[in-house]
Amino acid sequence: MSTPIDYLLHLADNAVVLGQRNAEWCGHGPILEEDMALANVSLDLIGQARLLYQRAAELKGGDATEDKLAYFRGPHEFRNYTLLELPHHGALVGYAAADRDYATTIVRNFLYSALMVHVWDGLQQSADASLAAIAAKSLKETSYHLHHSRDWLVRMGDGTEESHARAQAAVNHLMPYTEEFWTTSPAEGAAVAAKIGIDVWALRPAWDALVNEALAEATLTRPNFHGYVTEGKIGLHSEHLSYLLGEMQGLARAHPGATW
Amino acid sequence: MNTPALKDWPLWEVFVRSKQGLEHKHCGSLHAADAAQALHMARDVYTRRQEGVSIWVVPSVAITASNPDDKGELFDPAADKIYRHPTFYEIPEEVGHM
Repeated sequence: MSTPIDYLLHLADNAVVLGQRNAEWCGHGPILEEDMALANVSLDLIGQARLLYQRAAELKGGDATEDKLAYFRGPHEFRNYTLLELPHHGALVGYAAADRDYATTIVRNFLYSALMVHVWDGLQQSADASLAAIAAKSLKETSYHLHHSRDWLVRMGDGTEESHARAQAAVNHLMPYTEEFWTTSPAEGAAVAAKIGIDVWALRPAWDALVNEALAEATLTRPNFHGYVTEGKIGLHSEHLSYLLGEMQGLARAHPGATW
Repeated sequence: MNTPALKDWPLWEVFVRSKQGLEHKHCGSLHAADAAQALHMARDVYTRRQEGVSIWVVPSVAITASNPDDKGELFDPAADKIYRHPTFYEIPEEVGHM
């Protein structure tokens, strides 16, 4: 399948999965102000996801709804980047909430929003007028997410020995997952051909410049990439997505059609 | 950038100008490492419900406050001088709200 719907689902799944991930910090933030900042970011992302799911449901027709798309698809049907489903810690840490690492959270938000400011900017010219409108709204939100995460990235990288080491570890851990941005999935290819989507590959120089400049200011080193390129956006995910969706979808599945 | 440790973060007073109001109003305080961060955090903590169009942050130490113990000598002498309120004048209709 490679219809515009799949492309919308890719964008929506990115937003909902990162929104759900970041929401784990709600009530557990390092300080009250950051707790609220992260919750704000999550609500922005979930708001973006809702609009995209609504548009996808509209195009799908039938009995499709935003809730069905968000809560009643399995992990293999999700089209988000693998980067966004990873827990808030490095590869070799247990799953306990106590192990959440704010540097990982910040670095991921930075790497993703550095891409999405360019994606949303480009999508304002989408042939799908609804998507163009969603992009215009999302661009403002994402600009703030970028500002927020970049600010902390620099503070952590250029901070204490401990914060620098953690920020560098997070960069080393997460950077390889960004390679997935630059491959073209069938859904992306079709959306670009239909002038609904934008060619992410063309955004790479701008993303590189943004990332390199921030890392340099943060006195952090960009690791060289080699190895496996993740394929979350074609439905091949890490083990972590199932757990995330289990938590996110459990309530809706236990009480189908419930309202409040 | 040399960010002080969390326990050393100074306190900032936050002033927000609402859409309707002309002046910035004090709405609370928060801890932040520096002015730029305080501004960010004020945005996240105090303007989530579209309260504002402009934010000021001021280091709390920069504020010199009157001593509550002095309120007798500072404020009570004004209590019997009601003629300082312009309530004895007829305001023409066309002036509107003052």
